[in-house]
Amino acid sequence: MSAPVKSVSASAGNGPAPGATRAVHTVAKLIDTSTCIGCKACEVACQEWNDQPFTIGAFEGTYQTLPDLAPNFWNLIKFREREENGNLAWLMAKYQCMHCVDPGCLRACPAPGAIVQYGNGIVDFNSENCIGCGYCMTGCPFDVPKLDQKTKKVHKCTLCSDRVSVGLEPACIKACPTNCLSFGTREDLLAKADARVAALQADGRKGAGIYNPSGVGGTHVVYILAHAGYPENYGLPRDPTIPWTVALWKGPLKWIGNMVLLGGILGTFFHYVRYGPRRYKDVSE
Amino acid sequence: MASLAATFGRGAMTNGWTDVANADVVLVMGGNPAENHPVGFRFVMEAKRTRHAKLVTVDPRFNRTAAVSDLYVPIRAGSDIAFLGGLIHYALSEGLYQREYVQLHTNASFLVREGYGFEEGLFSGWSEEKKAYDKSSWGYELDGAGFAKVDPALEHPRCVFQIMKKHYSRYTPEAVAGICGCSAEEFRKAAAIICSTGKPDRQGTVLYALGWTQHSHSVQLIHAAAMLQLLLGNIGMPGGGINAQRGHSNIQGATDMGAWNFLPGYLRMPRAHQQSLADYLKETTPKPLRPNAMNYWANTPKFMVSLLKAYYGERATKENGFGYHYLPKLPESEDYSWGYIFDRMLGGQVEGLISFGMNPVANGPNTSKMLAALSKLKWLIVAECFETETAAFWKARELAEKYYPGARGSTAIQTEVFLLPAACFAEKDGAFVNSSRWVQWKHAALDPPGEARRDQEIIARLLLKIRELYQKEGGAAPEPLLSMAWNWQNPFSPALTEVSREINGRRTTGQQVAGFGELADDGSTACGNWLYSGSFTEAGNMMARRGQEDPTGLGLYPNWSWNWPANRRVMYNRASADAAGKPWDPSRPLLRWNGKAWIGDVPDYKVDAAPETFGAFIMLPEGVAKLYAADFVEGPLSEHYEPVESPVENALHPKVGSNPLAKIFHSDLDRIGSSKDYPYVCTTYRLTEHFHYWTKHLAPSSELQPHFFVELPEALAQEKGIRSGDWVRVRSARGMVEGRAMVTRRMRGLQVGGKTIYQIGLPIHWGFIGRVTGPLVNNLSPSVVDPNSGTPEYKGFLVNIEKV
Repeated sequence: MSAPVKSVSASAGNGPAPGATRAVHTVAKLIDTSTCIGCKACEVACQEWNDQPFTIGAFEGTYQTLPDLAPNFWNLIKFREREENGNLAWLMAKYQCMHCVDPGCLRACPAPGAIVQYGNGIVDFNSENCIGCGYCMTGCPFDVPKLDQKTKKVHKCTLCSDRVSVGLEPACIKACPTNCLSFGTREDLLAKADARVAALQADGRKGAGIYNPSGVGGTHVVYILAHAGYPENYGLPRDPTIPWTVALWKGPLKWIGNMVLLGGILGTFFHYVRYGPRRYKDVSE
Repeated sequence: MASLAATFGRGAMTNGWTDVANADVVLVMGGNPAENHPVGFRFVMEAKRTRHAKLVTVDPRFNRTAAVSDLYVPIRAGSDIAFLGGLIHYALSEGLYQREYVQLHTNASFLVREGYGFEEGLFSGWSEEKKAYDKSSWGYELDGAGFAKVDPALEHPRCVFQIMKKHYSRYTPEAVAGICGCSAEEFRKAAAIICSTGKPDRQGTVLYALGWTQHSHSVQLIHAAAMLQLLLGNIGMPGGGINAQRGHSNIQGATDMGAWNFLPGYLRMPRAHQQSLADYLKETTPKPLRPNAMNYWANTPKFMVSLLKAYYGERATKENGFGYHYLPKLPESEDYSWGYIFDRMLGGQVEGLISFGMNPVANGPNTSKMLAALSKLKWLIVAECFETETAAFWKARELAEKYYPGARGSTAIQTEVFLLPAACFAEKDGAFVNSSRWVQWKHAALDPPGEARRDQEIIARLLLKIRELYQKEGGAAPEPLLSMAWNWQNPFSPALTEVSREINGRRTTGQQVAGFGELADDGSTACGNWLYSGSFTEAGNMMARRGQEDPTGLGLYPNWSWNWPANRRVMYNRASADAAGKPWDPSRPLLRWNGKAWIGDVPDYKVDAAPETFGAFIMLPEGVAKLYAADFVEGPLSEHYEPVESPVENALHPKVGSNPLAKIFHSDLDRIGSSKDYPYVCTTYRLTEHFHYWTKHLAPSSELQPHFFVELPEALAQEKGIRSGDWVRVRSARGMVEGRAMVTRRMRGLQVGGKTIYQIGLPIHWGFIGRVTGPLVNNLSPSVVDPNSGTPEYKGFLVNIEKV
């Protein structure tokens, strides 16, 4: 992918990386759950585009394909039955990486270059740099990245960064038959989401709203929920935040690490100045 | 299809998928488009997004369509006519019907003969002895010229409108609730939304599919819906109509090209007593019943003679009745539809079967009967891209003895089976005809693998081989086959473009005709299907067009592929305008009379005929649509009859429970169960993730829904001690299936006839062969069929359930 990089795991700071000066639009995916019919076209498109194997899961007593995302299954529609005041709702919502503006996975990752956030907002994993430590899984408040126990690599949705980089929409968007999914600049889609929410409210769905949680700085996957007050009914966390351990360690306490590192370097320097280079006895002597 | 043809003149979706986006109200009943037509369903979503349309779903299950609906009403499988009758009553009693439309465009004003009556579930003319009706009392009262008498004021006690009003007065909301199992309150809510479209500026569409066609009273059911839409003034309107969603990608095309009782283009199959072309044409060409009826079927001789010219070419001459004598004739009053074929096969009357694109073991009712019937054959040819249950029927006992204990073992079966590897859809060109009647040309994506052959090659080689044998060895009646014109460039595998050109029709001089208006009855034209005339003209292959222009803004896309008939996008569009030719709804002008011509869609009318010249329904002898239709065998008005296997007696007339003319077969394997042994109502259906019995051979679909399951309501599960995931056994009088229980709130107990009725849902997609396997649910369903259409009753039969 040739897109400009915004931040890279385990690299200095979280500011724009050198060379990332070209202004790019940030992209987003909008999921209008009020028009999702649970057809799973997005699931198949994701599997096929990403060359994932098709496997047979166990019977779980639901229409849902798998209980959760898997290392080789990155896009899952969750089906939930909810009943309130005698009114039954069968909620369907597509679940995948949220591509956070402030990605907990990236913050947590200790492997240089294993997780990259591009200037367009896509958070992508580079398997060749992944060390399989699983810290990104701890760092993700959405429980998205999954560790492949065989290869010891973590995988998740790439927002089809390969397709997006050549001007195509992600595979799931392309496959969606009801226009429940749309793709574009984040700005446009947030405006579109506002308009749709207003329309739903005018239609009597007073609880309609947008899910774009601020605890992770907003997301590049934005939902329209008919019952926005109850995101957990759709399988979405109410107030997702980066776990305090990760936030603390990679945030305020980061200076401790840096101080330790700096102390080591300074110590080495002064040691050199004071004692000079270490001399080895020539064993041949 | 039989119902829509009788009511409006043509058996197909009246409007089209893209037009659904124009609707204000969408009623989904007897279908589940979100799951089974997800791509077409986008237009429902568009109507909701752009017009704030209301979506109402009425179904035994809270399905994926219900999940995005504004209102869901549960209903007992098989009680739909009661619900629709209730809507008719509601529209009439609340004054919500569109009176001017009804007066102008329906037969509401027609007088029915004295002697017509309806009592205790039976119409006049019933003979208990013959178990049939003498329909003579159902006809119209005619004047001296043979035209029906009318009362435009709709006040005569014997006019259709008054008869109808009286007939449906029994269908009160409370009566509906007592039969269907929803509450009267739920019914009223639905009725208020649906009947809000009985105004010129509001349109409602009805989407249905196999949930309506698979009953022993299916044709009457669909007629009831058509009546409702006519009363509300929704036929011919953009965003209106009654829209049949076909169950397979090309089933509309298959119907258009003929069936056992129809030749291509819905020309009737000759009967034994119609020995000459003149006899045939005399009986099948209708006479007008009103002075202003265009009665387009008066052109039957042109269509029939052109068809015979296409079949027999130079051997079809005026002198020999254009080869009419070569056509097979159906025996009098015998039925050769699905159920009858297999019943005869079981009785040893069928020697061989050729099965293309069809898997009767899986999709026929009563699997054990299917297996037993096939084992009586001498030979069976199956052309398929997978080994289907039908091709492997002789292995059923070995592969799944548990389900088919009565099936013969492979060593006891003498049937010789030929499985011919056939190309799949992506390996063929040709046209698909979708529910909207769009005849869309497609290209082959790749060549068939290995030894697989395209259908036309398999058929052609069979034909040529059989001809050769006839020529060498002679035989009974060789003329029909030997006389057939077979002048393709490659006779062993005719190109489908060549075949399409013949279907379109041409003059004997060689020029393609531009439309069916050019067909003649003197032998100067040959046409394979008059309905498709215009699809491949001198201008080229119209089906391959992909123009996206939308000049009306109503989503008609006139340059996208080709639409039968005559590239008309919305059928009966003349009815979208009033007596003066002005659109009822000026905000959605589909067609209007500008003083000289009709402007908009291709008019379903003579383009330069003034508005008052003809009735709006040009195919019918009445010239108007039929609220009252004497065409059906069990009555001119739809009446609620219970399914043949029902848990309750008929609340409207206990003495006549189910359709008195429903066809029930009586072989040893055709058992009918009672509610004492089988207290639960069962319905069968498809899931989004699969297509029929086909995709269980494919990896993606198998991953998405790998396991057969049994959906049942929580309360019933509790009663039986069943938890989600438990193995359960479902039995009917015919057979048994086992699967994992899916306990859900999406199905609930219904209060019917003073007791709680539970329903059980079974998806159909598994079988004993494939990447994923399971029981065939038709092991449970009865071989009971609708007497008009021959469609089996796959919805609403009785079962029992237990934990394994």
